[in-house]
Parts: sequence; structure tokens; C-alpha cells
Amino acid sequence: MQQSAIVIESLVKKFEDVTAVDGINLQVSKGELFGLLGPNGAGKTTTINVLCGLLKPTSGSATVGGYDVQKETSKVKELIGVCPQDTPVYPYLTGRENAEFFGNLHAMPKEKLKKNVDALLQRLSLLEDSKRRVGKYSGGMKRRLNLILALVHDPEIAFLDEPTVAMDPQSRHAVWDFIRDLKKNGKTVILTTHYMEEAETLCDRIGIIDHGKLIALGTPTALMRKYKAKNLEDVFIQLTGRKIREEA
Amino acid sequence: MNSQRILALVKKDLKHMVREPALLFLILLFPVVLTLAFGFSFGAVGGAQQTTFQIGVVNANENSLYPQYAQDFIANITSTEILIVEPYADNQTAQLDLAQGKIQALLLIPADFGASCNAFQTAPDNPDQWINTTVSLYLDSGSMVATQAIPPIIQQVLAAAIYGDQQATVPRPIQIGTPSLVEVTKQTMFDYMAPGLFAYAAIFLTMTVAQSFTTDRENGLLRRISVTPTTATEFMASQVLSNMIIAVAQAVLIFVMAYVVGYRPDVGVGIYAFAFVLVLLFSLCNVGFGLITATIAKSSGAATGLSFLFILPQMFLGTFVGAALSSAAQTAGRFVPSYYVTDALTSLLLRKAPVTSPIVLLDFAVVSLASVVVLAFGILLFRKYGKA
Repeated sequence: MQQSAIVIESLVKKFEDVTAVDGINLQVSKGELFGLLGPNGAGKTTTINVLCGLLKPTSGSATVGGYDVQKETSKVKELIGVCPQDTPVYPYLTGRENAEFFGNLHAMPKEKLKKNVDALLQRLSLLEDSKRRVGKYSGGMKRRLNLILALVHDPEIAFLDEPTVAMDPQSRHAVWDFIRDLKKNGKTVILTTHYMEEAETLCDRIGIIDHGKLIALGTPTALMRKYKAKNLEDVFIQLTGRKIREEA
Repeated sequence: MNSQRILALVKKDLKHMVREPALLFLILLFPVVLTLAFGFSFGAVGGAQQTTFQIGVVNANENSLYPQYAQDFIANITSTEILIVEPYADNQTAQLDLAQGKIQALLLIPADFGASCNAFQTAPDNPDQWINTTVSLYLDSGSMVATQAIPPIIQQVLAAAIYGDQQATVPRPIQIGTPSLVEVTKQTMFDYMAPGLFAYAAIFLTMTVAQSFTTDRENGLLRRISVTPTTATEFMASQVLSNMIIAVAQAVLIFVMAYVVGYRPDVGVGIYAFAFVLVLLFSLCNVGFGLITATIAKSSGAATGLSFLFILPQMFLGTFVGAALSSAAQTAGRFVPSYYVTDALTSLLLRKAPVTSPIVLLDFAVVSLASVVVLAFGILLFRKYGKA
């Protein structure tokens, strides 16, 4: 049996009277590319935030890399890389400075940091613009840099929250190739998205979340077979009675 | 604590300061411009080493039998080079100009001034033969320095006019010596302001810290740092360190600019070092105020406005501005930390008090305590409520 990178048990997260995550149970194996699918406000980002130690669960438990997210948060933070949905980057720093800054926060050795930064800038086509201040970057460039900042320290587990949202098709496919490479290199990737095609193309398994509940779990093929659907969009419609993008 | 993380955070903050034009102006250029502006306005720029005051003179003694005494008196006033005499034909016009601030003082020489002087010269030892009279002096109450400096100068010149240069040889029971002119010949208004300027610049750290934190929070950068292994202690240590570096830069710039405009306090290196330590401590207090502001403020725009809740009282009650305020406001100043910084720096740089003097030590203790308490409170508050 494969080792679990992430284990979530009866996870509940409430914000006053709103239940954002409602009793989720889930296991993600090491080296798996797992997709969390659901409309905006379904509870995907809240689940990720709990797993990163940013939010305390109301009840239930979660471990990341074998560490309890509440009790061993600092150990969890050493293992993970997080690419947030918005693009938090320092506009007054250059692309390279941003990457080096976050690498330093992970206390990376100088030489390894430079090697990683160069490789990532090259891979995501930002090397030529790496000495420009990020304030001058286009939206797509900022999104690609956002991904670099999450992965500069070569984390074992990557949380990618809507990494391709608002990207042009060409950039999106480049990022997809990059995410596939992460899996090839043995990384565990948790990808949240509301792009069905993205989930179908990239993910080993998918969990569909709606109103904080995990309503379906399986490989894309298995889910489509189970619900006799031609794609994941149809699966979602059959499960919820509405299209995923209507609430986006 | 990991030094690599702290260093990275400090470098990032310093790059922010240098690369953000608005921040650069507020932190570095503003104190420079302020010091230069005040230095040129109130200092000793252009070679003049003293402050001068316009004094209106109404001489009612001109057509008397002894006009020479009043003329000598006026000439002696002019020769002080501190008072610039503006002759007036009548009291009413002169009073109007005084009320409008065109002159800082008004001297009324009575019609019997010459006769009084002559009577004294004729019978210096016989008061029964003297003709008593009064020279009236009006002062602009809005000019702090004028009210302090002009009366003793007039008194000395008047003594010289009555007794002449031989005053010490005239036998009488009470001798009037030849007093030297008051120190106003060496002090400028800027000398009184400079200590407050050091505190003045550091006060604005409150705004820059609050803006920086709220902007990073709005942009999700604080959350992003929160998912790295960076601890809260490392993060706060970097903030303290980078703001202390900024405070030193500010203090050095203000001192250099003050030196350029003629501010040369005659004190030793130790006093300067102590003054820098005091400003550094005070910067911590303002980092604390900045954190409190960032906790309360919902956005960076709100942080700018809210920071003035801490900036204005410190500015008006605790720096050089406070000296011109009412006694009630000056008493209120004792409740703001900047008051103690200004007071200590004034004692050290203007009054030339030693570091070990009780007033300086007391000020230092109050600033230290206030800085530790405000910073600790700011950190706790921000960690509990400010990060979301």
C-alpha cells in the first residue's frame, strides 16, 4: 500500500454560522496529483488553508507528510509549497529577487537556491524578464512567478490553488506541462481548479466538493463511467443539478 | 531564530524603502526637506550668527532740552546688532504694526527722558533732585524668543545710557556692573528646534510601518510568508531591525542637514552616541504604534488616516512645536513619548547637560519603558488580530 502524503479525517471548518468545510474525509498518496474540483465558494481554498496551517479546523484532524497540521505546523511548513489563488508577489522586487526572497525564507543553501531559481525562471519563460520589477509584469507573468515562488524550495507537497486562472491558453498549457513534470519528479500535488478540462487532463484522482462536502471521489475515467457522463462537467451537473462555472 | 530569514526580510524592507518613491520621500526626503526648510528659515545660514528683532521706537524726547540722551540710547540699541530700530512718529501707528507682527517690540521714550538722565548726571548721589520717569516696552507675546531676549538687552542698554561707561566709578550704595549681552547672540531659533526635529522624523515611522503591514496583508503577502517556515519572532525581529536601520538613516540625515544649515552643538562624541541610542529606542515605540494602527485599520488607506491618531499628538505635544503651545498642552505633552525624546535631546545638545544628569536619565528611562511596552503591545495585538 502506498504511503499517504495527506490524511484528512472528518474535517469541519466553520466561520461563525457558515460551514465552509463539512466533514471531509480524504487520503492523498505520495506522488499523486490530486484535483479538488468545485465551484467558487465550495470549500476548496478553505481545505487547503487548513492543510497549510493557516486556519485551525473547527473539528476533525489532518496530517500532511505525517505531521499534524495543528500540532506540528512548523514541520508541515518545511514540506509544503503553496501557490495561492491570487498572486501575492512584491511589486518593488524583481522576479529573481522575489524568488530568492522566498527561497531564503526556506533557508535554502545559496548555491542550490540560485540553481533552482535559474531553472524555474527558464522553465516558465521568465528568465529574460527576471531582472525587471514585478510591478511591470503582465498578469500572466505574475501568475507564472506565483508558481515559481511556491516551488522554489523544491517542496515534497505542492498546493496549487487555481494556478491557471485567467491565463491565456498557451501559458495554461505550459503550466500544465510543468505540473506534469512535478508529478514525474515524485512530488505530491494538490490542485484546486474549476476548469474541468484541466482536472481531466492532469489529475490522477479527483474529489468534487460542493457546499463544503466531498460529493464524489475517484479517477476522472471512473467518475465519468460511474455517472455515465462524457466529461467531468456532466458528472458535476448530475451530482448537483447545475454547471460548475455558473457560480464562478 | 534563523539569520538567513531575518536578513532576507530586512533586505526586502530596505529595498521597498529605496524603490517606492512615496515611501522614500516620507522616510528620507521629508526629514531632509524639513530640516533644510527650518534651518534656512530659523537657522544661521548665510554667515549671520545671531537672530535679530525689529523694535519700534517712538521718541517723545526729540524736542526736549536734552535730546542727546535719547539719541545715544537709540544708537546703543542699534549697536547691539540684535535689535533693528524702526523709528515711529506716533504710538498709535507703532502699536498697530506691533499687533500685526511687523515689529517684535515697541519702546516708548518719554518726553522727560533727557531731563531725567541730566538730573541724575548732575546729582547722582541726591535722589531728591532726580526726575523719575518710565520707559515703556511692549513685546509681541507670540514671539517666544522675543519675549525672552529683548527685555534684558534693553535693560542693559538703558543702564549704559543712564550711568555711561563710567558707571562702575560712580559712588553709590548699589553698584550696577556691566552685564554681558544675553546668549541670544549665539543661539538661533533652529538651535531650539533641532532636538525636536530628530523626534519629529521618527514619528512618521508609525505611518510607514502601518502602511507596509496593511498593504502586504491586502495583497496576501503576509499569508504567503505564513506558509513558509518563518516564525512570528523572526518576522517581528526583522521589522524591528529594518525600522531601526531606517531610524538611524533618518537621524544621520537630519544631523548632516542640520550641520549644513549651521547647527553645531558643542558636545562630545559620547553625547551624540547617546542621542542616537535614544532615537533608536524611540523608533521601536513608533514601530509599535504602527503595528497597533495596522491591526485596527482594514486597509492601507485607512492605515494612513488612523496613523495620525498617534502621529499628531506626538508631533504637536512632544516635539519643537510643543514649545509654542499653551501650558495645558505642554502638560498633556508629558503623556506622549516624543516629549521625553525632545526633552532629553534638548538637555544634551542645547543645555549641554551630561548623560548622567537626572533629567536625561529620567527621560531615557521613560522612553525605554514606553518603547518596550508599546512595541510588545503592538506585536501581541497584531499577532492576535492583525494578520487576517
